[in-house]
Amino acid sequence: MSALQIDHVSKLFRASAGGDLTPALRQVSFGIDPGEVVTLIGESGSGKTTLGKIILRLIPASSGTVMFEGSDISGLRRTQLRDYYRHVQGVFQDPFSSYNPIYKAERVFELLRGVYFPHLGQPAWQAKISSALQAVALNPGDVLGKYPHQLSGGQQQRLLIARALLLDVRLLVADEIISMLDASTRVDILNLLISLKRSGLAILFITHDLSLGNYVSDRTVILRHGAIVEMGDTVKVFGNPRHPYTRNLLTAVPELHKKWQPPALGNGTRPAAAPGPEVPAATAFDAPPLTECEENHLVAEDRA
Amino acid sequence: MSVKVENLSIAYRMRSGDCCPVEGVSFTVADGEIMGLAGESGCGKSTLGNSLIFMEGRMQHLGGRVVVDGQVLPIEDFRAMRPYRMAKVSLVPQYAMNALSPTRRISKLTADLLRSHGVREGDVLEEMKRRIRLVGLDEDVLSKYSFELSGGMRQRVTIILSTLLNPSLLIADEVTSALDVSTQRAVGEMLMEFRDRGFVKSVIAITHDLSILAQIADSILIMYAGRLAEKASAADIVNAPLHPYTQMLLASLPEVGVRYDTTTLTGIPGRPPSLVNPPRGCRFADRCPFARAKCAEAPPFVQVRPGRHVACWKVSQGWPEEAPKAGPGGGPGGGPEGGRA
Repeated sequence: MSALQIDHVSKLFRASAGGDLTPALRQVSFGIDPGEVVTLIGESGSGKTTLGKIILRLIPASSGTVMFEGSDISGLRRTQLRDYYRHVQGVFQDPFSSYNPIYKAERVFELLRGVYFPHLGQPAWQAKISSALQAVALNPGDVLGKYPHQLSGGQQQRLLIARALLLDVRLLVADEIISMLDASTRVDILNLLISLKRSGLAILFITHDLSLGNYVSDRTVILRHGAIVEMGDTVKVFGNPRHPYTRNLLTAVPELHKKWQPPALGNGTRPAAAPGPEVPAATAFDAPPLTECEENHLVAEDRA
Repeated sequence: MSVKVENLSIAYRMRSGDCCPVEGVSFTVADGEIMGLAGESGCGKSTLGNSLIFMEGRMQHLGGRVVVDGQVLPIEDFRAMRPYRMAKVSLVPQYAMNALSPTRRISKLTADLLRSHGVREGDVLEEMKRRIRLVGLDEDVLSKYSFELSGGMRQRVTIILSTLLNPSLLIADEVTSALDVSTQRAVGEMLMEFRDRGFVKSVIAITHDLSILAQIADSILIMYAGRLAEKASAADIVNAPLHPYTQMLLASLPEVGVRYDTTTLTGIPGRPPSLVNPPRGCRFADRCPFARAKCAEAPPFVQVRPGRHVACWKVSQGWPEEAPKAGPGGGPGGGPEGGRA
């Protein structure tokens, strides 16, 4: 059974009071198995964070269902929701804003303890913390008793992952968790995600960075204007991109050993050739249908 | 002419002591050159960029000078710098996307900015419109508020504004960092085009992203903990880095097509040293797999072959390539390891 199954999820926002409904997500469907990393790639405004928030039950979907381990999450109330968060946790882009700067960093652990482990004794609690810290390769002496500003971005982000690991987490929503980190620490976080995945955790890795997504994931979902344009096995999607949008994205990725080639459109100098974020009005609410172009590789009809 | 920075040192005054994020920095940028300035966060790259144009009150000029087009910039004198700003040296600050006031239309903002630099708006308005069209935007962005523009559009407008008076030097601080790949490419190409058309003579592009510099920069300067580590042409830095730090930094970058099941990338263990009372020797020594006793002395930033400057004993003294017995860096906080060969 997949850990998470998303089925035809749409989300509409009203841009302004009395204004028209704008679709942020259109008919998005995919699943994540235990022990699998799925990368959700999209440009700003593609709806990738919205989807993360829907999975974390921070906002409701307008239509469609999100199933976690076979049960619909939309109807969860109070204790059920508390149990849901025991298994599903999120980590976000800016680690510093996840901490209260007035308190020591480990307060993020203590807050969990009150809700989930009220009867756990101090020695057992300490043992739990040190095993979680060990899992994220942090030295307790380096982080415990410190204030958030005394920790590096990488340490803060690991501490937040450790917090999720204190619970019986089975699905981790990682929304741009490394885009604010230095290149030298990024990779360590990615390798950490891979080791967690090997221990059976399902991970939704949300990013706009194609090379990071490619490195870490088993499957890739590419989102544009809230709809899936291409998804499937990461090697196939990156190695043999079928949709023009995916190809265009890949040509824009800055690579160390290959200069940008002139784009297919325009005169090669004008940035106007770059794909813009406009939603084509005619196709606003339904999504282009996906067809299987090879095994485990789906591509949407090109309506551009 | 060109931009010449000689032995520049900048400090921040703090209660816990002076913190010196720019120490004895010297380099030149030729006309028509885009120089990338890269390093981890906290290495002093933004402080260096800011010091060339806008010394904040808490920044202190300890020594050294900056020469642009043969003129020495009075960088330590906030007021005397005023006529040079925007006209001679211009800055696209970090988080430039948020630099545009949300309460004024772009046209009003431009007019205010120009007036404060003693330029009549009418004199440059046509040129501004021409440049707006050149970068693929519509002239009516002038009548919009900044929040009506997307991040990439705002970034382009900010660069047009900063380069409107054709400065000799543009300091572009993380101009591509918060953007999507396609917009990143557009902004990167815009910088090159502005250089090609002579809207700016020299550009210092500050970023932590080496792969974008590989695309747009002619030369790359790597900083580590307040000092220069390596300078060379972009191709040399990317294809044949000499400094161990540059090598490890490049090794930690995933490229498209590299996956965890075939290649395991490694980060750099440890953290950069604190800039308050930093170690006296090579600042990278405790993370460096090649460190030896000699590294307790600070290595000079020297030219090791034409066009290649490095501050590393291993390179300047020609030590062998294999690392001494200990593992990488000997762990965070560990001192320089490995005896003499």
